[in-house]
Amino acid sequence: MRNPAIALRLRLLAWSLPLAIAAELGIALFSLWITSISVIVVTVGVPLTLASTFAVRWFADRHRSWAANVLGEAIPRPYLLVRPGAGVLSRLWTIIRDPATWRDWIWLLVNASVGFTLSILSFSLFAGGLFYLIYPFLWSVTPPAVFSDPFGGVFHIGQLSEAFLMVPLGPVFLLIWWSSVVPLGRLNARIMHGLLAPTDTARLTARVEQLASSRAETVDTQAAELRRIERDLHDGAQARLVSLGMSLGLAAELMANDPEAARKLLSEARDSTTSALAELRDLVRGIHPPVLADRGLDGAVQALALANPIPTHVTVQIPGRLPAPVESAAYFAVAECLTNAIKHSGAGWIGVDVSYQSGPPSGLLVMLVQDDGRGGADTAAGSGIRGIERRLAAFDGHTDVTSPIGGPTQVRMTLPCELSSPKTSHSSATG
Amino acid sequence: MRVVIAEDLALLRDGLIRLLEAYQFEVVEAVDNGPGLLRALITHKPDVAVVDVRLPPSFTDEGLRAAIQARREVPGLPVLVLSQYVEQLYARELLSDRAGGVGYLLKDRVSNVGQFVDAVKRVAAGGTAMDPEVISALLVRRASDEPLTTLTPREREVLEFMAEGRSNSAIAARMFVTEKAVSKHSNNIFAKLGLEQSEEDNRRVLAVLAYLQA
Repeated sequence: MRNPAIALRLRLLAWSLPLAIAAELGIALFSLWITSISVIVVTVGVPLTLASTFAVRWFADRHRSWAANVLGEAIPRPYLLVRPGAGVLSRLWTIIRDPATWRDWIWLLVNASVGFTLSILSFSLFAGGLFYLIYPFLWSVTPPAVFSDPFGGVFHIGQLSEAFLMVPLGPVFLLIWWSSVVPLGRLNARIMHGLLAPTDTARLTARVEQLASSRAETVDTQAAELRRIERDLHDGAQARLVSLGMSLGLAAELMANDPEAARKLLSEARDSTTSALAELRDLVRGIHPPVLADRGLDGAVQALALANPIPTHVTVQIPGRLPAPVESAAYFAVAECLTNAIKHSGAGWIGVDVSYQSGPPSGLLVMLVQDDGRGGADTAAGSGIRGIERRLAAFDGHTDVTSPIGGPTQVRMTLPCELSSPKTSHSSATG
Repeated sequence: MRVVIAEDLALLRDGLIRLLEAYQFEVVEAVDNGPGLLRALITHKPDVAVVDVRLPPSFTDEGLRAAIQARREVPGLPVLVLSQYVEQLYARELLSDRAGGVGYLLKDRVSNVGQFVDAVKRVAAGGTAMDPEVISALLVRRASDEPLTTLTPREREVLEFMAEGRSNSAIAARMFVTEKAVSKHSNNIFAKLGLEQSEEDNRRVLAVLAYLQA
């Protein structure tokens, strides 16, 4: 439907009767739920409560998406998350202590009364309009007694021409419907939003839980990283410097008596410095690649592509420089994706697409890494992808992997962030 | 031979000055930051410049940018860039004007004094000196390319030396073969890679690199 005003009203009209019926069915759900919870001490009450809770939440979810559609704003699910692998009793306890459970319960009652009234009113206004428009037709096809006394017999319709007197009521009702259907629908959606969306407390609680877990993971990862760096330094550069010192000391001893041996030791010492430097270089790349500091994400991703054995096409479109921690997280996430693709995908081509979408509500860095390989990347087993998720979660970032068996694989990563210094930077290259 | 040095760490700067002066280079100026380098390069127009990639004030690739900028104003100005790490991206940028007289080496290479001085002289003469690490990374990356797989191990070795900027006689000395054998190998390489043969060392290196980067 091209006209949005008409389309919206027709959609609301189509939904009004199903919503009214659903509102009454909700009473059945409500009773089922109450019954299950009151027999919870009896064994059968436990699975019954779990099942009816599932049904109520499914029912509420359908209404959430309807209301979200009408209001044009998302209504998140407010329920407490159950720990993975939790037992039946712990699930039950989570459900019972969840305020959202009880708010659902209240909503079922409100929906069956107020929600039902709103939907049925909206439907009846339209139906009434139609009814009066075709009143003469109804009058003529039904037995005389059925439609001859409208308004409880205030006046009597004896012949067809008198029945036409009712027709003007049709447009009046339709006009009332036209002007009230949207407010009525929005009111119903508002009520749903009020009761089915998370309360501020629930929202903050969920946020705190998520922050606590992502912080714990970040701290763990950082600690592991520091341990790795310490070990690398200890076994690598430090050991080399010790051996270097020994070679030099020995060379000094031998200088007078055996200059040839001393020269050999000195040349060994030089090789030792070269190896130590090579190890330090690798270590530095792992901590913060110099090219990232020099050129930002754009140049660093181009450099990654250049070093890639699989032909890699890179487009980067970022109008400025990202904050350093975000830049680093984004870089390592892309690097990890490329490593995965090289190791597992068997791809002949990789595409990296990095772009920045400015707000509102906040700016978003979107990174897309795709390959034409065999697919089937396992997010659970692949610690690589898990590592990316952890890295990005510290910045409220998200990772979506689509990798059907047979390919292609696509990893989409997003990071909310603001740019620090706007400048124009756009590049595209094949490496 | 007149040389400009850019290095921000005093210890390394003094070391470089001492080293180059020991080999009869004349150090006309030693600077410790990017803007100073650009000015020195343009005023002195030295026979060769030895430049550290990372310089103040930004401590990013300031040295590289100054060198590229200077070569834009003084085409073909010989520049040998030193760095703690090598990036193919930077090698590509240095070579992109195809004017020759470019070097890009790891700082470690300075410790092999003889080879380092050779590299400086080669760059001053308009040749190239690419770090073996750049070359080997390029070759690894292009290993699956059809023409490269047809090279024999010997020819690959010659190609690597060639890409570093070495002359046939230098390659012959390093591989313990005759110069004639090397030129035979290189003819084979050019034929297999579909590159036109040319007399000049520098052109030959640029051609090889251009092919590898394509």
